[in-house]
Amino acid sequence: MTDNIITSLADTSFYKIQRRIALKNCGVIDPENIDEYLAMDGYMALHKVLTEMTPDDVIQVMLDSGLRGRGGAGFPTGLKWKFAKGYDAPQKYVCCNADEGDPGAFMDRSVLEGDPHVVLEAMAIAGYAIGSSQGYIYVRAEYPVAVKRLNIALQQAREYGLFGKNIYGTGFDFDIDIRLGAGAFVCGEETALMTSIEGNRGEPRPRPPFPAEKGLFQSPSILNNVETWANIPQIILNGADWFSSVGTEKSKGTKVFALGGKIRHTGLVEIPMGTPLSTVIDEIGGGVPNGKKFKAAQTGGPSGGCIPASHINVQMDYEHLAEIGSIMGSGGLIVMDEDNCMVDIAKFFLTFTCDESCGKCTPCRIGTKRMLEILDRITSGKGTMEDIDKLEDLAYYIKDNALCGLGQTAPNPVLSTIRFFRDEYEAHINDRHCPAAVCKELFHYVVDPDKCIGCTQCLRNCPPFAITKTDYIAEGHKLPSVKIDNDKCIKCGACIEKCKFDAISKQ
Amino acid sequence: METKKIAFLGTAEQEAELLAAIDDMRNLPGALMPVMQKAQEIYGYLPIEVQEIISDAMDVPIEKIYGIATFYAQFNLEPKGKHQISVCLGTACYVKGSQLIFDEISKQLGIGEGGCTDDRNFSLSSCRCVGACGLAPVMLVDDDVYSQMTPGRVEEVLAKYA
Repeated sequence: MTDNIITSLADTSFYKIQRRIALKNCGVIDPENIDEYLAMDGYMALHKVLTEMTPDDVIQVMLDSGLRGRGGAGFPTGLKWKFAKGYDAPQKYVCCNADEGDPGAFMDRSVLEGDPHVVLEAMAIAGYAIGSSQGYIYVRAEYPVAVKRLNIALQQAREYGLFGKNIYGTGFDFDIDIRLGAGAFVCGEETALMTSIEGNRGEPRPRPPFPAEKGLFQSPSILNNVETWANIPQIILNGADWFSSVGTEKSKGTKVFALGGKIRHTGLVEIPMGTPLSTVIDEIGGGVPNGKKFKAAQTGGPSGGCIPASHINVQMDYEHLAEIGSIMGSGGLIVMDEDNCMVDIAKFFLTFTCDESCGKCTPCRIGTKRMLEILDRITSGKGTMEDIDKLEDLAYYIKDNALCGLGQTAPNPVLSTIRFFRDEYEAHINDRHCPAAVCKELFHYVVDPDKCIGCTQCLRNCPPFAITKTDYIAEGHKLPSVKIDNDKCIKCGACIEKCKFDAISKQ
Repeated sequence: METKKIAFLGTAEQEAELLAAIDDMRNLPGALMPVMQKAQEIYGYLPIEVQEIISDAMDVPIEKIYGIATFYAQFNLEPKGKHQISVCLGTACYVKGSQLIFDEISKQLGIGEGGCTDDRNFSLSSCRCVGACGLAPVMLVDDDVYSQMTPGRVEEVLAKYA
């Protein structure tokens, strides 16, 4: 509110700069009521392709639109469809990747929960284009609401005759089966996902053959991510030119980011490709809170990298993010401030990928483990300068030799933090000091004896009894200050929480 | 204490329900995962006995089923109790004697790390820091936090969930 005038939500800085295409209906329609989707031109795109377009027309529109995969890799969607159409087979499959596994990304969940029909409609369009009558949605079991709404949507679409046999009386058949994931990050990789749908351990397969030739059940298949699907009906209705007018030369359309971390306004942000990162952080996100300084933004989750303050004006599109060693990824965008240790962040992501490595190929299974051991050494103050070189050697080896996308990108967080925050690695190694005071063995708590009034709240709450009284009484105080014995201190932080006088700090 | 094998308590009704579900799904392409998910829904976990039922009914080698069950994080091979106890063995709690708390619970319930009581009421695990070091030592029963625990209070806490 400004001067008693209530600003419309759409006019707030959070929404004003956004351009909502994939999220058009999210939060606008009732996702459990197909009539509301129909009122927003729902299933009109499917009607249009079935009655006015040939499969080749549809693929041409997709190619012209310049839509690229929103799951992260950015492969042109139309090209994928064209390849799959080119193979003759009695059965082909259309798959939807809804196994959103990146920690900190939730755009696919929002589309599935807020606008499930858009995914169904888009998949049917793809089915017509490549010549398939069967789709699969592979959705993580951790999203029960999404699963429920997808099932409701499917049921309603079948009742309306928009799914199943002889859709719109054109003789085109299409239906979808929903399969639940079971908690394996690697199943977000396309061949692993298909292996999992087939009822196996979700391990990736070597490519070629690519899924467009031999995918699910050894048949030609396409796999697109939820956000990619969400763009498609509007591209069909509004035309390729409309879509390609948004974005940059090589990255068309918009991208949804899940903005989180040390930022004032968090949430889903859909922006035209090429929007500078600074616009997202300062204008949409409202900047870093608590007077702290922006240190880095992390994109692409465990497969991505960190963008430092010196690159805050980078354009958010596939090419520019790749240029600075990060990736678009599925859209996680985590903001970090001066209190985050970049070595610790690298270790966090590598712990994740090491844990989620399926174990099929050696570079990923053993390589990530060795890298993690080195990072453990560095963050506990036992690293050497050679360790940085070893990390880089291993990282490039794994990138070049791992079987699938998980392994090939797992070293990215390490490489990008070494590239932009080498000084932090060096401080951990040479000075045995963690500048952000995160790595427990590389900082300590100190008491400022002039601020300490001797209340002994900290002393009484210290689990290992590491705090004792001194003889020193500061001017104006009545009781002696305390001190911390660093040999006994376990860095639990209980003292700093209890101190009301700001007398204890990390150094 | 070693975790002993927990008796399988599956009923004939559960088996009938599973077999009926298998008959329904048999012709589904890639039916094994949905069947295993259904089985876990019926039994709450996937002990070797349930894997054997699936193996026989679907004519799939048991090692394939075991391979899948151990690959995905969501399949449990051990049952979970109605109430889940976790004792923090993070540094702050540990130096305040949380190991003694853990040992006392273990003794009273007769189960070790990862174990579940025969009546399926409690399962026990240890965890790393829960971020409540000022309240050390800490144990959790489901979402309830018990702070500044002593071995003497264990009986009283467990009694609330008996």
